[in-house]
Amino acid sequence: MSEELHPFETFLRREMIPHIWCDGCGNGIILNCYVRALKDLDIDLNKVVTVAGIGCIGRISGFTNTDSFHTTHGRAVAFATGVKLANPELKLVVISGDGDLFAIGGNHFIHAARRNVDIHVICANNFNYGMTGGQYGPTTPLDAWTTTTPYGNVEHPFNLVHLAAASGAAYVARWTTLHARRLTESIKKALQKEGFSFIEVITPCPEIYGRYNKMRTGIDMMNWFRKASEIRNQSDPAKAEITPERIVIGEFLDIEKPSFGRLLRDMTTRVQEKMRKGR
Amino acid sequence: MPVRLWRKPLDADKIKIPRGEIHIIKERCKGCNFCIEFCPREVLEESEEFNEKGFHPPRVKDSNNCALCGFCEAVCPDFAIFTVEKNCEGGC
Ligand SMILES: Cc1ncc(C[n+]2csc(CCOP(=O)(O)OP(=O)(O)O)c2C)c(N)n1
Ligand code: SF4
Ligand SMILES: [Mg+2]
Repeated sequence: MSEELHPFETFLRREMIPHIWCDGCGNGIILNCYVRALKDLDIDLNKVVTVAGIGCIGRISGFTNTDSFHTTHGRAVAFATGVKLANPELKLVVISGDGDLFAIGGNHFIHAARRNVDIHVICANNFNYGMTGGQYGPTTPLDAWTTTTPYGNVEHPFNLVHLAAASGAAYVARWTTLHARRLTESIKKALQKEGFSFIEVITPCPEIYGRYNKMRTGIDMMNWFRKASEIRNQSDPAKAEITPERIVIGEFLDIEKPSFGRLLRDMTTRVQEKMRKGR
Repeated sequence: MPVRLWRKPLDADKIKIPRGEIHIIKERCKGCNFCIEFCPREVLEESEEFNEKGFHPPRVKDSNNCALCGFCEAVCPDFAIFTVEKNCEGGC
């Protein structure tokens, strides 16, 4: 056993490692799966942009050795849309939190999915606002305890995979951090897809969510995922609501449809042609 | 003996099970214990030693049991453990 270099070392900004995430946090597994996907696909890192919003998971943009940008809260998808349209040969990967993407950033998300913008979104769903102290948010399950729902949550959460599919995404999947292998394969697939792809990753936040919900450690949360997960590929995302007893995971949607970028470029070419011919 | 081992595949002698060599970067470990808990062959255990951050990094209990599935590497949030194939040319 020697202190050799980790095989993913060149995919990380070494001066930023160890990262800031708590022990037992799943965000590091998402980072791990993401860089493995980049490595397996042998993508030129100069052609990848990792964009994140604000939150614990948002720090991922500072840890990956790709071009990256840490946007203001909720604006990761909007920023990525702009970069992609200005520079179509870049691969735009948004990795952000459930709060960032679906509370403050909710409208950006649904409209980018509707337009089928060529970006790849990975959401770290830890059921709360981790960074600001564990407040409840739009993904907090009914009855769950958080610092701002001390008697249990009285709001119904979003079913993110249903929301993404209904909004118009071309690829939709959900995994947990325990399903690291399947998640990596799914990221690889999503990165090669034309149009808007969405992967929800259920991830443990023992520090500020699990502890209020009888799961004190990362292992407790991962064991919940193990017990509750059911793989149902190609099943109806509308029926994939997350409950304490059941977390439906798998690939829900994988369809072909022209992306916003392609339609826009085609239209531009057509109009320019018409102008040249003098209408 | 478990039922599934009653019958031995005919080519069992020819199939080589890869052996893994486990590398642990102790100072990076935050002691989440995912690698210990989720290794399908229970190769790892918690050590008593402390690293710089005050966590107990894992240690290898029985390296001969490692089949190089690499799940410890995949599930480590801190890039603190990885496996490489052991060179077994002269026997392991
Ligand atoms: C405009 C604005 N409003 C509010 C905040 C405070 N804030 C920071 S992170 C965050 C929520 C993060 O939650 P999530 O996206 O789920 O990420 P997590 O920390 O759980 O990984 C909020 C509300 C902010 N930084 N900017
Ligand atoms: S507060 Fe939760 S999400 Fe944030 S780093 Fe800690 S465990 Fe991870
Ligand atoms: Mg969150």
